[in-house]
Amino acid sequence: MNHDNAIYSTHNLAVGYRNGKNTVTLLSGLNLTLEKGKLVALLGQNGAGKSTLLRALTCDERPLEGTIEVGGKNLLDMSQKQRSHIIGLVSTERIQAGALTVTELVGLGRQPHTGFLGRLDREDHEIVRQSMEDAGIIGKASEYVSSLSDGERQKAMIARALAQETPIIILDEPTAFLDVASRIETMRLLQTLAHERGKAVLLSSHDISQSLMLADELWLITTDRQVLTGTTQQLVADGAMNRLFENRSIHFNPQILDYSF
Amino acid sequence: MTYRRYAVTLIVLTVLLVLLALACLMFGSVDIPADRIIDILSGRGSGNKAWDIIILQSRLPMIATAALAGAALSVSGLLLQTTFNNPLAGPSILGVSSGAGLGVAIVILALGGSLGGLFGESMGSYMAILLGALMGAGVVLVVLIAFSAIVRSNTMLLIIGILVSYLTSSVVQLLNSVATEEGVHNYVSWGFGNFSGVSVAQMPVYAGIIILALIGSALMVKPLNALLLGTRYARNLGINVSMTRNILLLITGVLTAVVTAFCGPIGFIGLVVPHIARMSLGTSNHSRLLPATILSGAVIALLCALVSVVNPHGIIPINAITPIIGVPIILYIIINRRRIQYFN
Repeated sequence: MNHDNAIYSTHNLAVGYRNGKNTVTLLSGLNLTLEKGKLVALLGQNGAGKSTLLRALTCDERPLEGTIEVGGKNLLDMSQKQRSHIIGLVSTERIQAGALTVTELVGLGRQPHTGFLGRLDREDHEIVRQSMEDAGIIGKASEYVSSLSDGERQKAMIARALAQETPIIILDEPTAFLDVASRIETMRLLQTLAHERGKAVLLSSHDISQSLMLADELWLITTDRQVLTGTTQQLVADGAMNRLFENRSIHFNPQILDYSF
Repeated sequence: MTYRRYAVTLIVLTVLLVLLALACLMFGSVDIPADRIIDILSGRGSGNKAWDIIILQSRLPMIATAALAGAALSVSGLLLQTTFNNPLAGPSILGVSSGAGLGVAIVILALGGSLGGLFGESMGSYMAILLGALMGAGVVLVVLIAFSAIVRSNTMLLIIGILVSYLTSSVVQLLNSVATEEGVHNYVSWGFGNFSGVSVAQMPVYAGIIILALIGSALMVKPLNALLLGTRYARNLGINVSMTRNILLLITGVLTAVVTAFCGPIGFIGLVVPHIARMSLGTSNHSRLLPATILSGAVIALLCALVSVVNPHGIIPINAITPIIGVPIILYIIINRRRIQYFN
């Protein structure tokens, strides 16, 4: 694969958790790459380690082993402040921001760029406006976050990540609580951000058929704890999709890009 | 939220603050005519020595004490609510006030009658009480940090705070059983809560520490806003979460300890006032919420102070008044939580 646009790469990464004195390794020997302008979907069954891997990739949890290289430096050695200029996050965490307006919420994305008191200048305001427009939430700019639907809320959180102006955006299950229409809209939006804004976008998802249709690349966590990477066509052709679930009675149907039983 | 609403709220609060302060100057156990009060304040004197002393050494310090205590406890509550991501957090319900109280009890009961009144004339005795309060509040905050890492549930943390309060009060009772009668009396009257405990000589220490801590909280507005999104987002925005949390709890501890040492363990103000400020502004944005919380806290505390002195039969303890204001507001908030923006 051509890695000229690579801006983020892991080297021999191992992730898992520490349980008292024991270390449980979920995934190891990972050499993963994110590229500018590409949408990558991370798929795997529940408990396979999707969230653990994402938490390591965003440095929320220290990996058990390995390094993450960005621009010739190890992400793990950087300060929180430096990392905030590299990765923008959209997580499923509950937020207390119902009484902020969408503009204020998106404005928080400017924090890595603002001074000690977090005041926004004219340029910051323009970037906030542009981010809301790109995420398709500008129509709700002065509404309270509490008045938004789940889909709109997700767009606002994506706009917040955009306002952070990071080359990489990582999203933990961005479509988990959305209805079908919002799910498709959100995925389309992320695809546009990758293709037209040149962002490297990584998302974890349950929604396999949509990820297969819209992602440029897939990372599959197989039942035997390997991470297979490649384009949809490659992985489907290799039969990798059948290694995603333990249950032998369901199998992947390439015609419909989904599972049947 | 519009700028207009913010400006109007601040103006209304400032007007209320001034009116209540004037009322506190005018009303009290002794009737002093308004024109004489103006004479006294302008430095001419009223010709009545007793009146001069009442205004300058009793009522004015009480107004300053109450306003600062209200602001300090309210900001303390706001910081706790944001730090623990818990709208029902406050210095009294989480046991921070009782921790400070235990520290005070140890000092008062240990020094016992030797104090000569609650705050003796000597600088040393009230500094010892202040230090005791700081240590007590600090210990409780460390306990809370430790438990908040183990129990993720907000309700459980509140229950732990209540348990801490029970524990400290039982320790205080044990101390009482071995203390001198005068020490016990001093401690019990301190526990009622009152804003008349800060003398003119002590004011610079009391006001100085509170104002410094309030300035400190104003410098934390940016990370406070990031924390509204939870710790993971805050970290993603470049915030060093554990350091920020420690600074915020340090400020909370200092504010609560100073007020508790001088005024007693005052309930409800810290819990309720941040909600009053949020609801009147319609925002959780700390850059606006913090000034409104400071002003509302001062207003509520002055209101309590006024109620406590207008009774012709003697002074009503502050802690008899705060629940009457606080409980209905908390009930309103609990019942309406689905309709209040900042819960959703």
